Amino acid sequence: MRVCVGVDLGSTTTKAILIDEGGQIVGKGITNSRSNYEVASAVARDEAVTSARFNLLARKLEALRGEGSGDIHALDEKLRSAFRLELYVDELAALRQRVTEVVAASGPRGSAQVKDALVGIFDRMEHDAPAMFLGGDARKSDFFRDIAGAAFMHAAEKLAGERAMRFEDLTWPFDRAILDVETELRELDFAATLGRAARRIAGGMPEVAKKRLFDIVDSVGTEPIDEIAFSGTGYGRQTLPFPKAAVRSEILCHGRGAHRYFPGTRTVLDIGGQDTKAIQVDDKGVVTTFQMNDRCAAGCGRYLGYIADELNLGLHELGPLAMKSCKSVRINSTCTVFAGAELRERLSLGEEREDILAGLHKAIMLRAMSLLARSGGVKSELTFTGGVCKNEMATKVLRELVDENYGNEITLNVHPDSIFMGALGAALYALDDLKAGKASLLVVKRPDKKALKSFAQPDDSCASCG
Amino acid sequence: MSLVTIGSKPNKGGVAATEGSTVTVPVTKDASQQRQKRMIANHFDRLSTAKEDGKKVAYTFVPGNLTELMGAFEMLPVLPEINALQSGMRGKSGAYISEAERGGHSEDVCSYVKCDIGMLRTGNVGPTGKTLPKPDLLLLSYTGCFTFMKWFELLKAEYDCPVVMLHVPYQADGQITPEMRQYVVDQLKSDVIPQMEQITGRKLDLDKLSEQLGRSRRAEDALVKVWESAQNKPSPIDGYFGGVYYIGPIFSAFRGSEDAVAYYEELLAEVDERIKTGEGPMTPAGVMNNQKYRLVVEGPPSWTHFNEFWNMFSNEGAIAVASTYTRVGGLYDQGFRHDPQDPLGTLADYCLGCYTNRSLPSRIDLLEKYIKSYSADGFLINSVKSCNSFSAGQLMILRELEKRTGVPGAFVESDLVDPRYFGKANIENRLQSYLQMLEARRLGNIASSGSSPAVIGSAP
Repeated sequence: MRVCVGVDLGSTTTKAILIDEGGQIVGKGITNSRSNYEVASAVARDEAVTSARFNLLARKLEALRGEGSGDIHALDEKLRSAFRLELYVDELAALRQRVTEVVAASGPRGSAQVKDALVGIFDRMEHDAPAMFLGGDARKSDFFRDIAGAAFMHAAEKLAGERAMRFEDLTWPFDRAILDVETELRELDFAATLGRAARRIAGGMPEVAKKRLFDIVDSVGTEPIDEIAFSGTGYGRQTLPFPKAAVRSEILCHGRGAHRYFPGTRTVLDIGGQDTKAIQVDDKGVVTTFQMNDRCAAGCGRYLGYIADELNLGLHELGPLAMKSCKSVRINSTCTVFAGAELRERLSLGEEREDILAGLHKAIMLRAMSLLARSGGVKSELTFTGGVCKNEMATKVLRELVDENYGNEITLNVHPDSIFMGALGAALYALDDLKAGKASLLVVKRPDKKALKSFAQPDDSCASCG
Repeated sequence: MSLVTIGSKPNKGGVAATEGSTVTVPVTKDASQQRQKRMIANHFDRLSTAKEDGKKVAYTFVPGNLTELMGAFEMLPVLPEINALQSGMRGKSGAYISEAERGGHSEDVCSYVKCDIGMLRTGNVGPTGKTLPKPDLLLLSYTGCFTFMKWFELLKAEYDCPVVMLHVPYQADGQITPEMRQYVVDQLKSDVIPQMEQITGRKLDLDKLSEQLGRSRRAEDALVKVWESAQNKPSPIDGYFGGVYYIGPIFSAFRGSEDAVAYYEELLAEVDERIKTGEGPMTPAGVMNNQKYRLVVEGPPSWTHFNEFWNMFSNEGAIAVASTYTRVGGLYDQGFRHDPQDPLGTLADYCLGCYTNRSLPSRIDLLEKYIKSYSADGFLINSVKSCNSFSAGQLMILRELEKRTGVPGAFVESDLVDPRYFGKANIENRLQSYLQMLEARRLGNIASSGSSPAVIGSAP
């Protein structure tokens, strides 16, 4: 399979999309942007290739239908979970190794008692891993940092209790090691990993079905996926590890991507972590004009992140909580920090959290409306993209405000994969380049291990920061 | 306006000052540029010894400046706006602004004003390192900027010298009526000239004023040819970043002088030479021959990041073919010339015709004309926080121009001399997005690769 790759390096997450030469999407991947953009790009691309192979696998599994393999869809899901588990176990081993090194180099803080406790924590994490992935429970995040972090803290808390140790004495090695582990680029041997996953879940299957499954798994793992063109986009593009000729503005890419998902799109509202963009596109998805927020991040995804921190909530919990509100409290602050102060004041006055949150969502969307007006208004169809469109309250308020200001004839599109719009637009531009004979390829440089080591030198100045 | 050499690196200094661009300094400098540098150095030398030499000093503003009249009285002008932008280019404005804010000026006050106040509070040392003399007169020609009045109220409190105000009526209907003209002439006769006569102790010599105006005319003729040279492809000038150097002498202390005539004639000869050889203008990144995008620019530049801002254009192959900011001190390319035969009437016409004294519709007409006559691919508005005269209505200007010309516009935001308001990543992002948009639109028919909504399989 020959594919064009689009990578969108955002401030929070990095996304990659693979399209074939006919422009059809064949794979997508996402990872946290971490502190190393090169690794983030490579991981997102690996994830996209992985997803492309699983899409291939899903089609081949159909051939097993009716051969005693049970529910094919369930088998597919199980295989995906088992694959994730294998990756997690590999990365966990790397983390254990790094934690051991960090502790060994840390002098008296790394006492025998601490070392022993850490062994116990990692044993427990390894033991709990299969149930975490194969137990069927939904995970809040797919990023290693989040999953391993939660599992580590959970195990450390229990162990600290059992051995009467201080929790903080057990967590600092994790904080130090995780950065190294997630910025270290590991080769992904897809075929071998998938093979292990298949063996893990094939236990109860009839021999014939088992053999067919292993054959399919082998063929999918070795199917060549050739990346023939590349284009990148995202925040702070100057610092990206992409060649200049292959870098596109995210405004262009978001416009194009949104138009690809919804060809009727004429206006795009993109609210990401750092900025908000109002974009107008023509009937081909080419940007005709745009406006961005300036000088201030109020009204962006980060504003919600800040509010979530203030309320000690997860980002994903804000929308559902705000949806429960019966009335909206008016928030006047146009500044993220002041809104935090206003939030605390409202709480002290006895306002309900959900009502205040409803007001905060409205404050954000009012800023977006002003930007939309400045860009030339809302034309049907309006496509809402960026991380914030996942927030149901944000979408609800946008719908209301659009109805109020532009009439209820405007179609509002929100795609579950809207976070991939920028990467998709970039991939489409890569395909253009390919057709024009100007294709660029993404060259990933391996991060300098020495640099990473020196970055992770023990420093006892502050135990909590690591 | 012209003291910082193209490609030079502004000094660091002041709390909020930011580092300037780090581009290489070009090896060649145009002769006209060196001449301008000498002219300015001489002017500041004259200012530094003005008191000993018995010369009277007037502080005044660029739009609607009465330089020939001051010249006829042998008064020396000081232009606080130009001092402020020079401080911005030299990396000193951040500290000056902080100084003014410590003195109680709000963050929202025009940064030219605060920079000037900060400079005078810290010794009033001019751009060449010499101390500026105190004013004998604050000559306030009011041409559309309300802040000018408040600015001189502040300076009056500092210096306790006479203020004379020339009230120039706003061109609300986009035209100058005989009554408006007469109103300005009457004020010149009744207020401005008597005040100058009293301060200098001499009567106005009308012949001397006419001579000055005659020389202004010659310099103006040459400057217009310089502007119009940008109709060539490639353009031999940059009409915005390069253009602010070209307006230095004529908008400041030199209009009506032999020096100005010599400068503009020399500049024109250099431009003509570049037209012959098909060469582009000098930029901080070298000679710019690769001109992919021709832009018209509205609004003043960000002086604190001047070269950085310019580089963002040069690096992408964008050249400014015309700009409105370079017309703030006179719209000569629209036909106005100083007329030696009608000294006071021509000064009135000059003040009334200033860009800042024009209504929004006539500014739109002017920009439309530039976009069309300079075959521009696009236009860019740099909306500065400080300047209401410029910034109010700019989004309306943008929409209207897009409608009339079909040429897309870009909008970036920064400030005159407050370094805190220049967000490099943000501005660069917008500019690059805009230029890539022009490119994508130029390519026109993008092969629409599959138009049905995409379906993505679920991730593992």
